[in-house]
Amino acid sequence: MMDAIRSLLRRPEAGSILSLIGVVLFFVLFGGANLGTLVGAASWVNFAANLGIVAIPVGLLMISGELDISIGALIPAGSMTTAILTGYYGLPITVGIAGALAIGVAVGLVNGLLTIRTSVPSLIITLATLVAMQGVVLGGSVLLTGNASVAVTAPDWAKFLFGQLIGGSHQVIIVWWLAFAAIIGFVLHKTRYGNWLFAMGGDRVSARNAGIPTDRLTIALFVLSAVSATFVGICQAILFNSAQVSGGMNFIFNAIVSVVVGGVLLTGGFGSVLGIFVGTITFAIVSQGIYFTQIDRNWSNLIIGVMLLIAVLMNQSFRDLALYFRPRSKRSLPREPANP
Amino acid sequence: MNDKPAILELKNVNKSFGPIDVLHDISLKVRAGEVLCLLGDNGAGKSTLIKTLAGVHKPTSGQILMDGQPVTFVGPSDAQGRGIATVHQFGGTFPLMSIGRSFFVGVEPTKGWGPFRIYDRKRANEIAVRAVRDFGITRIDDGDRLVGGLSGGERQSLAIARAVYFGARVLILDEPTAALGVKQASHVLRIVNEAKRRGLAVVFITHQVMHAMAVGDHFAVLIRGAIAADFRKGEKSREEITDLMAGGETMADLEAQVEGYMETHEGHPPSPQVLEVPAAH
Repeated sequence: MMDAIRSLLRRPEAGSILSLIGVVLFFVLFGGANLGTLVGAASWVNFAANLGIVAIPVGLLMISGELDISIGALIPAGSMTTAILTGYYGLPITVGIAGALAIGVAVGLVNGLLTIRTSVPSLIITLATLVAMQGVVLGGSVLLTGNASVAVTAPDWAKFLFGQLIGGSHQVIIVWWLAFAAIIGFVLHKTRYGNWLFAMGGDRVSARNAGIPTDRLTIALFVLSAVSATFVGICQAILFNSAQVSGGMNFIFNAIVSVVVGGVLLTGGFGSVLGIFVGTITFAIVSQGIYFTQIDRNWSNLIIGVMLLIAVLMNQSFRDLALYFRPRSKRSLPREPANP
Repeated sequence: MNDKPAILELKNVNKSFGPIDVLHDISLKVRAGEVLCLLGDNGAGKSTLIKTLAGVHKPTSGQILMDGQPVTFVGPSDAQGRGIATVHQFGGTFPLMSIGRSFFVGVEPTKGWGPFRIYDRKRANEIAVRAVRDFGITRIDDGDRLVGGLSGGERQSLAIARAVYFGARVLILDEPTAALGVKQASHVLRIVNEAKRRGLAVVFITHQVMHAMAVGDHFAVLIRGAIAADFRKGEKSREEITDLMAGGETMADLEAQVEGYMETHEGHPPSPQVLEVPAAH
């Protein structure tokens, strides 16, 4: 039992699991929340699914040493493209969806190519594409439709796949999130490609020298995150039957907080999909579950901030635990810097 | 004397970056089962020379020969493919990866088929641990340990074992002992000897003369991009080599000055300002 706990603590997701337990306990013990009601509630699951689909690729990028914040503009870009093509011009929904995904691919390519061709940090590059895409979405929408909000009606099959409410409360995007997390988790932890991402985040030059196609992988990751963001936009447009040019900005920080709480090292080379997944749930419970407590909603950001700090400190010490772990040895190891 | 033909040879190699000449007319031979120590102060051109050997830089003029045949390295991976492996100062560069995973970066063993071809963690760990243990590092027994938790000497050993496992014939060690304590450094020196015993050609870059003398068969001193001295084991003393590296008689002068000062000042060493070090050319 102790061994099992110890080996859990050495894993990247240890901090996020403890954070989740801590937050739920806090809500139940001090907020008077009913555990059953909290677990059964749809609000935080829906919130987590929308956030999680973006957080996973953002986490992959962070593991490989990059950052993408342009997702904030790509969620409204995805929903507006679907709404304009299908709702305003009356084209089939497939064209609307394909158009939105194509915008994701295009912006992802720009982010990726600029990152590998220049020495500008990807934070700055994606900040630029974030702001630029906000302009494109607002300007384009007003130019084409004369409006900043467009209605769209999806056919039944599209509604079923992307905008259904399962049991009248749970968005179908939850299923997409679970499947996406399972697939990416498999790729990251069980295949050689995952190893390549960790190597890239550890040391890009050595990874390239070892024959890893770092440039192609970087581009692929940026495309994945941009496409995931537009996918969330598509689902929202179909679910709500309308799209607005605003919104999405919250996703940037929410995704980064989820990923960092999930145990991904900001400088790359360490993390897990399970950690990102649990980090997202933790974040969603803090921001949505607070409605089930007697705690004033206004305090939720304070809780998120404190939780972020605690989680990061925990992750730091668990990482050290993992670094200096030696099985079957009673000798204590001299502590020396990991990479002087 | 080792009469084996050289595996890797430089013939009158020059390298300049634009108007700046970095290497002048370098000729060197690296033979199987022999350690060539490349000595030189900071800025003497050691790193440029290593990078030329490892295929990162192309010589401006002159020839590189492998097994007597002239070769041109297209890039570092080409040189690696021909069996030239470089191990850098800190050995493993992926501190947060496991021993097995970092050992096989880029060439991971897999099992299964099609889209379900998965990374074979067990096999990777086994091979990696066995490879380092063969070099006498028995403290490494679990391939799941993270590289960053190993000591500096163990990390160097892992990197050398990795290079040998992947078929290196020429091992370029870039200051492997520079950041290590005495005990750790002796581990690494033992491994250098083991690599030599296995018939690898080793290029050992250092500015620690003691370490060089412990393993070297052949020494070359690099000063401002040119080979200032080229000699075999036992032909020169430690003091002579140190003086050569410092660019002449500077070191001996300095020692004489310090001794002189201490004699006249009741054994106190001088403050640095008191010493007049002749400017390095």
